Amino acid sequence: MALLQISEPGLSPAPHEHRLAVGIDLGTTNSLVATVRNGISVVLNDENGRALLPSVVRYLADGSTRVGEAAQTVQSEDPANTIISVKRFMGRGLSDIGGVNGLPYRFVDAPGMVQLRTVAGVKSPVEVSAEILKVLRARAEAALGGSLTGAVITVPAYFDDAQRQATKDAAKLAGLNVLRLLNEPTAAAIAYGLDNAAEGLYAVYDLGGGTFDISILKLSRGVFEVLAANGNSALGGDDFDHRIYCWLLEKNGLSALGASDTRLLLTRARAAKEELTEHAETRVTAILQSGEAIDTVLARQDFHDMSQNLVARTLQPMRRALRDAGLKVEDIKGVVMVGGATRMPQVQRAVAEFFGQAPLTNLDPDKVVALGAAIQANVLAGNRGGDDWLLLDVIPLSLGIETMGGLSEKIIPRNSTIPTARAQDFTTFRDGQTAMSIHVVQGERELVSDCRSLAKFELRGIPPMVAGAARIRITFQVDADGLLNVSARELGSGVEAAITVKPSYGLSDTEITRMLQDSSQYAQDDMQLRTLREHQVEARQLLEAVQNALEQDGTELLDETEQTRIRGSMDELRALLQTDDHHAIKRAITRLNDATTAFAQARMDKSVSRALGGRKLTDLEI
Amino acid sequence: MSAPDFQQDFFQLLGLPQNFRLDNALLEQHYHALQEQVHPDKFSHLSEAERRVSMQWATRVNEAYQTLSNPAMRARYLLSLRGIDIQDENNTAMPAEFLMEQMEWREAIEEARQARDAAGLDKLEARLQHDMYGLETQLAARIDDSRDYVEAAGDVRKLRFMEKLAQEIASALDAIDTD
Repeated sequence: MALLQISEPGLSPAPHEHRLAVGIDLGTTNSLVATVRNGISVVLNDENGRALLPSVVRYLADGSTRVGEAAQTVQSEDPANTIISVKRFMGRGLSDIGGVNGLPYRFVDAPGMVQLRTVAGVKSPVEVSAEILKVLRARAEAALGGSLTGAVITVPAYFDDAQRQATKDAAKLAGLNVLRLLNEPTAAAIAYGLDNAAEGLYAVYDLGGGTFDISILKLSRGVFEVLAANGNSALGGDDFDHRIYCWLLEKNGLSALGASDTRLLLTRARAAKEELTEHAETRVTAILQSGEAIDTVLARQDFHDMSQNLVARTLQPMRRALRDAGLKVEDIKGVVMVGGATRMPQVQRAVAEFFGQAPLTNLDPDKVVALGAAIQANVLAGNRGGDDWLLLDVIPLSLGIETMGGLSEKIIPRNSTIPTARAQDFTTFRDGQTAMSIHVVQGERELVSDCRSLAKFELRGIPPMVAGAARIRITFQVDADGLLNVSARELGSGVEAAITVKPSYGLSDTEITRMLQDSSQYAQDDMQLRTLREHQVEARQLLEAVQNALEQDGTELLDETEQTRIRGSMDELRALLQTDDHHAIKRAITRLNDATTAFAQARMDKSVSRALGGRKLTDLEI
Repeated sequence: MSAPDFQQDFFQLLGLPQNFRLDNALLEQHYHALQEQVHPDKFSHLSEAERRVSMQWATRVNEAYQTLSNPAMRARYLLSLRGIDIQDENNTAMPAEFLMEQMEWREAIEEARQARDAAGLDKLEARLQHDMYGLETQLAARIDDSRDYVEAAGDVRKLRFMEKLAQEIASALDAIDTD
């Protein structure tokens, strides 16, 4: 039980208060949560001492769910309602998912993202993922004795905008405040780099249950700079299981198995794969629904042969990442291995051969991502440790817009350091044209149809002019989570063009709200209370942040009138905090934010000019 | 709300003299020092106003670094500060000799791609890098020493052509790797 902290009268308690923040690795096969305790990043176990939560969700007819081990053990009894590897469906349409016919689910081909029909109703992959996150959140809150300030959620570096947005939505649905979406290999690099005081060029090879990432990082004096990321968001340990499964079918002359038998054999295949890491051969036994018994011996060499081209498929992204970073294999000082699938000897051997050095395996490949995410979460929540460090990450896939002829014109190239922005001017094609539509895509291919469609925007209200006279500036901004935002403005006439965003994927805010309301946990009153709590927390954090800013820079950067105005807005918000009117609190938060914008800019100007240490340009003349 | 008023040019922002020749180590050091101050990770626990300003600044600093660390972009930017528009979008009139060379390059790349000759492409890339380095040296002399901006603009246009060749080599290598 945490003790209540009481500050000395007159002193702000804020700088000493430890905020509860966690890092969550939402994996294809397993998920886990970690936090920083007494300066050390630790994984939080469940009440049975288990760190890994199997990413399995079972829906029951009464609308309740079982998550983790409890769902995993019954997966072959109730395969249609027991969702495994849901990460593969995040932000994906039915046509994007390979091998749907072999899966036991009742898919609903919803626009943008596929959905699953269960006994408890139709579920979006976002909702399924949220169930996993809720369990981890509850685990963390029980262990830490309080509600969380926020969480860093990790995503594969090669996840596109749709997959990232879906992950963020799932966290929101689970009641988590997302401090940042962090790339999995980058999280691993933080954990490894800080632990080993590493300096130089490193590669992170991350083969998870369903995704593969390769990231090249430069580590220098506390700066983690990602130079290039590449990967395959549909390649992972699951595919190795599947190879064994297919081999079992062939060996035993089986075909067209039912869903239960399929799950059973896939489970046995996974166990066999894990066995072969330690042993030269393994025996696979199972009894099918028909009563038929399977008893087959699989030798390690045969497994290596059948999975050889899967391993080979990880080499191509490695070559591309190195090329993008402008590096040769000899430049790489160390290779960090992440993800349970990197335990396979054939993977380790292939990586060692490629880089001409043994990969680093002195860390737990299942836990390192969550540990790194926790370190990042701790910093983002405002709990400063002794050593400060900086993380510079990139966008993994190019962003482009559709031009005449269905071609993609790149506007933000892959491996651009984030946050990044690009403004592009457009004009009209016909006299009197008052609207235009913009199609944003992500991917490296030239044809729009080969890229991922992210969103279609319609610009309306362009003043009628002759063709080519209007100048519409569209700004594409990618934030630190790697997510895209678009805004538009007509420059010639000064008219703000209205912008309608029609996402090609994912969920709208209304859908998220509906899901929150649908969820049996949140009745109408609970929703109100929850919103009130969220706004109260936000208000207190804002008040504290503004108070600190005023103490540091108020007299230097603001005149009396400005200070009075900000203090007025603060008093107003403080007074409203005593009420339970969440609408009024939200409005007061917005007003205080607006009132402090100029002050925030002035503070930043001051930091920027201080950054280069008062050196004068003349001192730097070469 | 308006964006912060970015008065400084990229050289001032990164604390470097307005020259084409550049101390790369110092550029990187200043870039990191600035991101230490403005990066969104440093503001995520603060007010929305501060987070917004941080993102705008971090974006600006990234753009400055990206522009200055690439020779062709740096030269183009530097010339624009001195009132010279290199007109690389519409001025494609290049010396005939240079255009002939370009065609030869394109053919060589295409040939290597067809023959799936990765080693050949690597060699072409090395040769191209060497040529680009030569052009950059000439550009440095023209911008920083003789201040011959019109000739320099021509060099920048050539450099951009060569960058496109480099991209073609990279995509040819990608294509070979994919099949």
